[in-house]
Amino acid sequence: MRLDHPSPDDLGQDYLEIRDLTVDFDGFKAVSGVDLTLLQGRVHFLIGPNGAGKTTLIDAITGLVPATGVARYRNHNLLALKSHRIVRAGIGRTFQTATVFEELSVLQNLDIAGGVHRSPFALLRARRGTPDYVEAALGTIGLGDLRDRPAGVLAHGQKQWLEIGMLLVQDAKVMLLDEPVAGMSAEEREETGALLQRIGTERTIVVVEHDMDFVRSFADLVTVMHAGKVLTEGTVTEIQANARVQEVYLGRTADAAEAAEAAEADAVTHEGAGRD
Amino acid sequence: MKSAVRTFGPLVAIAVLAVLLLVVAPSVLSPFRLNNLGKYCCWAIAAVGIGLAWGRGGMLVMGQGVFFGIGGYAMAMHLKLEAAGPEGIPDFMLLYGDGTMPGWWEPFRSGAFTLFAIVALPAVAAAILGWAIFKRKVKGAYFAILTQAMAVVFATLLIATIQETGGFNGLNQFTFFFGYNLYDPVNKRMVYSITAGLLIACLVVVWQLYRSRFGELLVATRDAEERVRFLGHDPANVKLAAFVIAAVMASIGGAMFAPIAGIISPSDVDATASIFLIAGVALGGRALLLGPALGALAVGYGRSTLSEQFPDQWTYFLGALFIVVILMFPAGLISAAGRAAGLLRPRRRVRPTAARPAGATS
Repeated sequence: MRLDHPSPDDLGQDYLEIRDLTVDFDGFKAVSGVDLTLLQGRVHFLIGPNGAGKTTLIDAITGLVPATGVARYRNHNLLALKSHRIVRAGIGRTFQTATVFEELSVLQNLDIAGGVHRSPFALLRARRGTPDYVEAALGTIGLGDLRDRPAGVLAHGQKQWLEIGMLLVQDAKVMLLDEPVAGMSAEEREETGALLQRIGTERTIVVVEHDMDFVRSFADLVTVMHAGKVLTEGTVTEIQANARVQEVYLGRTADAAEAAEAAEADAVTHEGAGRD
Repeated sequence: MKSAVRTFGPLVAIAVLAVLLLVVAPSVLSPFRLNNLGKYCCWAIAAVGIGLAWGRGGMLVMGQGVFFGIGGYAMAMHLKLEAAGPEGIPDFMLLYGDGTMPGWWEPFRSGAFTLFAIVALPAVAAAILGWAIFKRKVKGAYFAILTQAMAVVFATLLIATIQETGGFNGLNQFTFFFGYNLYDPVNKRMVYSITAGLLIACLVVVWQLYRSRFGELLVATRDAEERVRFLGHDPANVKLAAFVIAAVMASIGGAMFAPIAGIISPSDVDATASIFLIAGVALGGRALLLGPALGALAVGYGRSTLSEQFPDQWTYFLGALFIVVILMFPAGLISAAGRAAGLLRPRRRVRPTAARPAGATS
């Protein structure tokens, strides 16, 4: 379905617009009336306590769960499209658990992501050499030395980079990354953040994240979600100064923070298990 | 160098099989044995398709007998009409019916239409069926049972329509094959060569498919169907393509089976026949290029030899072999041979790079 909408070229900037998005699971509103505008050239962070609806929001935009409201990108009404059409419209995502094709090599994983650029008949040909865009993505994510390794033997962080590389090959203009640095070491987080800033200039990058240090270091804009709703939006400084955010998420007293941290770690484990 | 071996090694193996089937076999086998080998080749053609759908695509197609039957009956109808002569109608219709021929038989007088139908009918049937199944995300055991039920329905339908399809007896007593007298041994040999040639052609087709990007995508769909959606592909379409190709191959196998066996009947296309096809594929190795074909040839051979020597017990042998292979070599006998060879060579292992602590994934 096409909507009557100004072309991004007229506006000079690309964006994904979400209005009054609601996801209703049999009466439980996991996401409730969310308004968001995600602009090109920014690394946009989505934070909030567990159960705030961050992942569900991304699921709704990418066709995994039914939702009401509006989510449009260029002339596409995303809520009416199937997942694979949404990808072809230029929106890519990653999952909390890296889901690369373990038996394929790093290069093959990147190459298979280029299917969106190929006609069905071109698929019948064998791969010859490496397409330029695959080579470029391989360089950007820094896995050039591991190109012929099966993706299954990569370290956790490398798998996430490979997934980001696959999004680059797909030429996803909007990248929705669900906790890309979970389980990464400090250096890996640094590298991931730098990678996001590198590729973020011509794209819209949305990161769901728990790690506040990571958010502080790399966020251009932060949206805080709580109980399915947008609590507030702003720069890291603005968010940290916001009393309501402190109340639900950030500014707890030392003891409370510790207790909450423990509870959160617990919840993360459950969430991870649930999703696998 | 190594990659060249990997790419073209299978092609050499196909060439060796081609020489064995097309040059060696006709010169050493008696016409009777050669004709039997032709029958096995028909099953092998269907098995190659099953290898694609099941081995690479993960779809356990338990009802390929249906497509085997579509091709077989299409060809048999043409041969029957050829035997009856111009304006003539098949003998069984005089015997069981009122001597009139159903209108849908008429186009099969044309050889060209018959050849077209052998490819087009299964393709259309599989496309409609597959579309309904895959778009609804039916998979796994449900898919297997559904296809199996299809074979049961198909055979029951054939048996019930004795006036139109010959019923339980099927269609037999063919005298000509596109103008060539089937009682002439030279012509029988030609039919065999066509069949063996078609088997080789099907193997070359899947060889290309396996090395193509489509082949990679098919394996990706088998292993992580949901992930493929986020590469921008509808997995239903990927599976549908493999399912249709498998159906066409089964149909081609069935079409050649009719003139070689001299008969096609419900027992050649029912659920049991479908499982025989699966058995060959499983024995040979479903995900390997040559596994399904060699497995089907072996099962066909075993079926003839054992049934000659132990007419009553041979199915038990086959069943026992099947159980042993599934338990001990789930990837097939060829992979077992490959593994035995691999034990003699030093192993090359890939070591995980910088493994993360266990708790690090969320």
